[in-house]
Amino acid sequence: MDFNVLLTDLPTLVVVIIGVPLVLAAYIVGGEYLVRRLPDKARPAVRPWIWVAPALVLVAGFLVAPAIATLIQSTEDRHGVFIGFQNFATQLAGFPTGGAWIAIRNNLFWLIFYTLFVLAFGLLLAVLFDRVPYEKVVKSLIFMPMAISSVALVVIWKFMYAYQPPGQPQTGTLNFIFNTVFHQDPRTWIQDETPLLGLFPLNDMALIGTAVWGIVGFSLVILSAALKGIPGDLLEAARVDGAGEITIFRRVIFPLMMPTVVVVGTTLVIFALKAFDVVYAMTNGNYHTDVLANRMYQLLYNSNDFGGASAVAVILLLTVIPVLIFNLRQFRAVEARR
Amino acid sequence: MTIAVASPTSSTTARFSPRWLSDRLGGFVLHVVVIGLTVAWMVPTIGLLITSFRLPADISNSGWWTALSPPFKFTFDNYSQMLSASNLGQSLFNSFMISIPATVIPVALAAFAAYAFAWMKFPGRDWIFLALVGLLAVPLQLTFIPVTTELVKLGLTPEKLTAAGLPPFIPLWLAHAGYGLPFSIYLLSNFFRALPSDLFESAEIDGAGTLTVFFRIVLPLSVPAIASLVIFQFLWVWNDLLVALIYVGGVASVAPVTVTLVNLVGSYGQNYQLLTAAAFFSMIVPLVVFLSLQRYFVRGILAGSVKG
Repeated sequence: MDFNVLLTDLPTLVVVIIGVPLVLAAYIVGGEYLVRRLPDKARPAVRPWIWVAPALVLVAGFLVAPAIATLIQSTEDRHGVFIGFQNFATQLAGFPTGGAWIAIRNNLFWLIFYTLFVLAFGLLLAVLFDRVPYEKVVKSLIFMPMAISSVALVVIWKFMYAYQPPGQPQTGTLNFIFNTVFHQDPRTWIQDETPLLGLFPLNDMALIGTAVWGIVGFSLVILSAALKGIPGDLLEAARVDGAGEITIFRRVIFPLMMPTVVVVGTTLVIFALKAFDVVYAMTNGNYHTDVLANRMYQLLYNSNDFGGASAVAVILLLTVIPVLIFNLRQFRAVEARR
Repeated sequence: MTIAVASPTSSTTARFSPRWLSDRLGGFVLHVVVIGLTVAWMVPTIGLLITSFRLPADISNSGWWTALSPPFKFTFDNYSQMLSASNLGQSLFNSFMISIPATVIPVALAAFAAYAFAWMKFPGRDWIFLALVGLLAVPLQLTFIPVTTELVKLGLTPEKLTAAGLPPFIPLWLAHAGYGLPFSIYLLSNFFRALPSDLFESAEIDGAGTLTVFFRIVLPLSVPAIASLVIFQFLWVWNDLLVALIYVGGVASVAPVTVTLVNLVGSYGQNYQLLTAAAFFSMIVPLVVFLSLQRYFVRGILAGSVKG
C-alpha cells in the first residue's frame, strides 16, 4: 500500500471536513429561523427542543433503544422465541470453569488489581513527583501512554514479554532481567497460568499489568491535582499542633484526598469491567484470560449466538449497576449543594 | 487589612512531606527514585522504538538493548516494508476520515444540547440530564447487536454506502457521536452553567438573540472546555478498537489504523520488525496531538473523568 490514496481521496476528506460542520451550523441557524416564525408565546416551549433534539435522538438511537432491545433479546433464542432465562442459565452453567465463569473470574481480578495498582501507583508517583522541580516533565512522560491506542500498548508489551527457550539469548526485556539478574528460567508471560500466591494466574496479571501501565498517567494527573489542592495552611496548623507526618497523612491528607480517590476509583472500576482491547489483542481470551467484553464479542462474531452474546452483555450491565447508582447519588449530592 | 480568601490551588507553601519519607528520600535519593521510576516507565516504549529501526535478524537474535552499543546497525527498511506489506497507508487516511467528523459531530451537538440544559427551561430537563449521567456507565456492548442488525436491515453497510457514493463511515460517525454525547453534554453543561448569568441578562437587554448569545458569548468563553473535549473525543475515536471492529470490522478498505494493526498482530505474530514499525507508526498522530495540546487534554481529564 502506498500513500497515493491520500492524494486521490483528499477531496473527499476536504468535503467531509468542511461539509460536516456546515450541515451542523445550518441545522441550528435554520432551527432558530423557524422558531422565530412562531408566535411569541410558543417560542420558549419549542426552542429548547430544537437545541437538544439531535443529541437526544442520537443517544436514544445508539444507546437507549439498542440497550432495551438487547435486554429483550437476552431472553430469546435464535428465532426470536421467548425462552426466559435459558441464555443466562447456559452462560452461568458449569461453575467454576464452564460458561462465562472464567470471564467473570477474570473480570473480578481486573476489578481488584487494575483498580488497586492504578490507584496505588498514581498516588505514590503523585506524592513523589510533587517534591521535585521538574515535576511537569516526568508527569507528562508517565502520562504519554494515555495518548496511544491499547493495540499499540499490546504490541509494546508483547515485546516486553517475548520468550525464547532457556539457553538462548532472551529478546524480551522482562525475561532478560529475570534471567540475568535473578537467574530464573524465562517464562512465557502471556501463556503461563501458574497462579501467583496460589490464586492469581500469571498471564492474567501480565495482561492487567499492560493495561495498568497505559492508564497510570490518568490517576497520577488527577490525584496530583487533588494533592496540590490541599491548603498548605492546614498542614502547617496541624504541625504547629504537634501532629506527626504520619498522623497528618492519616487525619488530614487522606480524608481530603478521599473524594478524588473515590471518583478515580469508580472510573477505573468501569474501565476494568469493560476491559476488552488488551485481552482481544494479546490473547483473544485464550489461556483462560477471557473477560466478559471479549466473550460477548466472540459469541457474537464467531458463534453468531445473539442470545448468548446479549446475555453476556446484560451480565456486564449488572456488574456496572452498583457503580451507576453510586454515580447518580454522587451527582444528586453535588446538585443539592449547588 | 484585607482578608484573602485562599483558593485551594493557590497555596504552594508547606507541601505535604512525611518526615519518614524525607529522611529516606532526602535530596539526592529522591531524585534518583523519581528519575529511575520515570526511566523504568519509559523502557517499554524505548525498546519498541529502537527495535523498529533494527535489522530483522538482529531482532530475533538479541535484545534491543544490545543495539545501544557499537557497532550501530540501524535501518529504515522495517518502515518501508511495513507500509508496502500492509494497508496502513489507507488505514491512516480512514482514521482521519473517521475521527474528524466523529469528533466534530458530537462536540457540536453536545454544545447545542448543553446550552439548552444550562440556560433554558423545559419540562423533564433535570430527569433527562440525570439519565445522561446514568448512561455514562452503561457498557457499549449492550448496544452492538441491535444496532448492527438494524444497520444491515437499513442497508447502511460500508459496501452499500460506497456504492451509493456516500462516505462508508457515516454509521460509525453517528455511533461515535451517540456514544460520546452523554459525556460531552455532561462536561459542557457543567462549564456553561458556571458562566456568569449577568452576561446573558445584559445580552438579552441589548436585544441579542439566542444564536448571537450562543455564538458570540457562550462559545468564545468556553474555548478551553471545548478544546479539551475535542482532544479527548478525537483521541478516544482515533484509539478506539471495539466500535470500529463492530461497525467496519471485516472490511479492510474502511478499517482504521487500530483495526489494521490488530490484524497485523494476528497475522505477523512473531514478525517483530513489522509489528514494532507498525505500532510506532500508529502512535505518531496521537503523540503529536498529545504533545502539542497536552495542557487541554489534562484539563479535560480533570474536568470530568467518568467516560466509559
